[in-house]
Amino acid sequence: MTTTQVPVAEGLFTWPPDESTPLRLIGSECTACGLVSFPAASDCVRCASTESKERLLADRGTLWTYTTQDFRPPSPPYDGPEAFEPYAVGYIELPGELLVEARLTQPDPDKLRIGQDMRLTLVPYTVRDDGTEVMTFAFAPAEEETP
Amino acid sequence: MTEAVIIGVGLHPFGRFPGKPALDMGADAVRLALADAGVNWPQIQGGYIGSYEVANPDAIVARLGLTGVPLRGVFNGCATAGTSVALAARAIETGEHDLAIAIGLDKHPRGAFAADPSVAGIPSWYGQTGLFLTTHFFGMKINRYMHDHGISHETLARVAAKNFGNAARNEKAWRRTPLSVAEILASPVLNHPLRQYMYCGPDEGAAALVLCRADQAHKYTGKPVRIRSTALRSRRLGAFEVQSPSFPVGEVVASPTVDASREAYERAGIGPEDVDVAQLQDTDAGSEVIHMAENGLCKDGEQERLIAEGATEIGGRLPVNTDGGLLGNGEPIGASGLRQIHEIVLQLRGTAGDRQIPGTPHVGYTHLYGAPGVSAVTILST
Repeated sequence: MTTTQVPVAEGLFTWPPDESTPLRLIGSECTACGLVSFPAASDCVRCASTESKERLLADRGTLWTYTTQDFRPPSPPYDGPEAFEPYAVGYIELPGELLVEARLTQPDPDKLRIGQDMRLTLVPYTVRDDGTEVMTFAFAPAEEETP
Repeated sequence: MTEAVIIGVGLHPFGRFPGKPALDMGADAVRLALADAGVNWPQIQGGYIGSYEVANPDAIVARLGLTGVPLRGVFNGCATAGTSVALAARAIETGEHDLAIAIGLDKHPRGAFAADPSVAGIPSWYGQTGLFLTTHFFGMKINRYMHDHGISHETLARVAAKNFGNAARNEKAWRRTPLSVAEILASPVLNHPLRQYMYCGPDEGAAALVLCRADQAHKYTGKPVRIRSTALRSRRLGAFEVQSPSFPVGEVVASPTVDASREAYERAGIGPEDVDVAQLQDTDAGSEVIHMAENGLCKDGEQERLIAEGATEIGGRLPVNTDGGLLGNGEPIGASGLRQIHEIVLQLRGTAGDRQIPGTPHVGYTHLYGAPGVSAVTILST
């Protein structure tokens, strides 16, 4: 039996990712001033224009900063598993676009380094009672990739 | 335009007070401030009151006297007290009132602040997936700052040790047990590189200030403290701020602390070199380090040496958070900034007891910062 997976929210990243639609974050670009936003925003916080178009963001970037979450966040709003596993979060600079905050696949701060190359991926951050995996975006150190 | 001065301060201790409502703590703080000023509640012509947990803090009039006084509720997160004191001062400066009051009170449940992200205009997935924690921002900002400016883990621990040590000298503080640098560095990591004993916690407490026209201060006190300037600024596009799913690439824009600080110095005609004592927002030990530079009190990276030399201790060149700061007192949001001003007033009067800084301080500085990227600065002098 295959595991059912669902995205945590619609319109956040391409879903389901496959060969014709590779995984990307769905941002927006202001049609008036060009400011790139994530998540996609209809209103521009730079020029106050209300016109924007969809923009798929780069799936590679560099780690600008990071921290760890070593205690279970308050629920609600957190709906991750009761059995808590520490995780890391960081901001990844997508060149020419923006810095995006995301969970990181590597939870050990000693194995993370400011400036290191990162790539976009998906993680099942929680599993519902019926076994459905809820997917969210995350960034992984690029050197973890198998050649 | 006339100047506003502080003639009375009152502080309910910060900590945990089971069974005591926030309004009662607020009323106690007001009565202390009134007694300190030598005035009665019916003489108060107007005021501003801030709270996070109490939806209508102006209900405090039922505890103090139903005089019909205009008491306006205000809120700007952790910078709430910056707004209450600024508006009370403005009411004096414009001639609306001769005697005004600023009040703050709160009673928070235990643990990190939790709320639905939609309240802050942020999508639900941000909270569901475990990103909606202000503590992440503090960990990430100091991690980057340490990388860029050579700040060590020991420096963070020294800041926390200093503030708990100052709190031990303050009978109204919450965390009064001194902790050593080694004990702080041995406490569990909560958000790398920040550890348990490097964070402040939400708690309970209240504070109040009585303000009057400078030209009438002699009727009440021989030692009025002048409000030289107040400033509040929100974040600009490009600043790295709390609760941001993303922010633009390019040169990082200055934090609202820098903007509020510059405006406050300019309005006061006072420079950072004139500051004798400062109370800076120390949500965590890293925040105090960063805020020293963002408020113009040192250059980026100088904190490593200054803190090792003890410059920010009570006997140092620039004492910071002499009453224990947020680390030692906790943070009842509505009252926190008025606690800072209470401490500056005691220091400038020379009545801070065991924690009195040496010499004759003339200029005091207070700074607040919090979600969603807002900062308030107040500059005071003799």
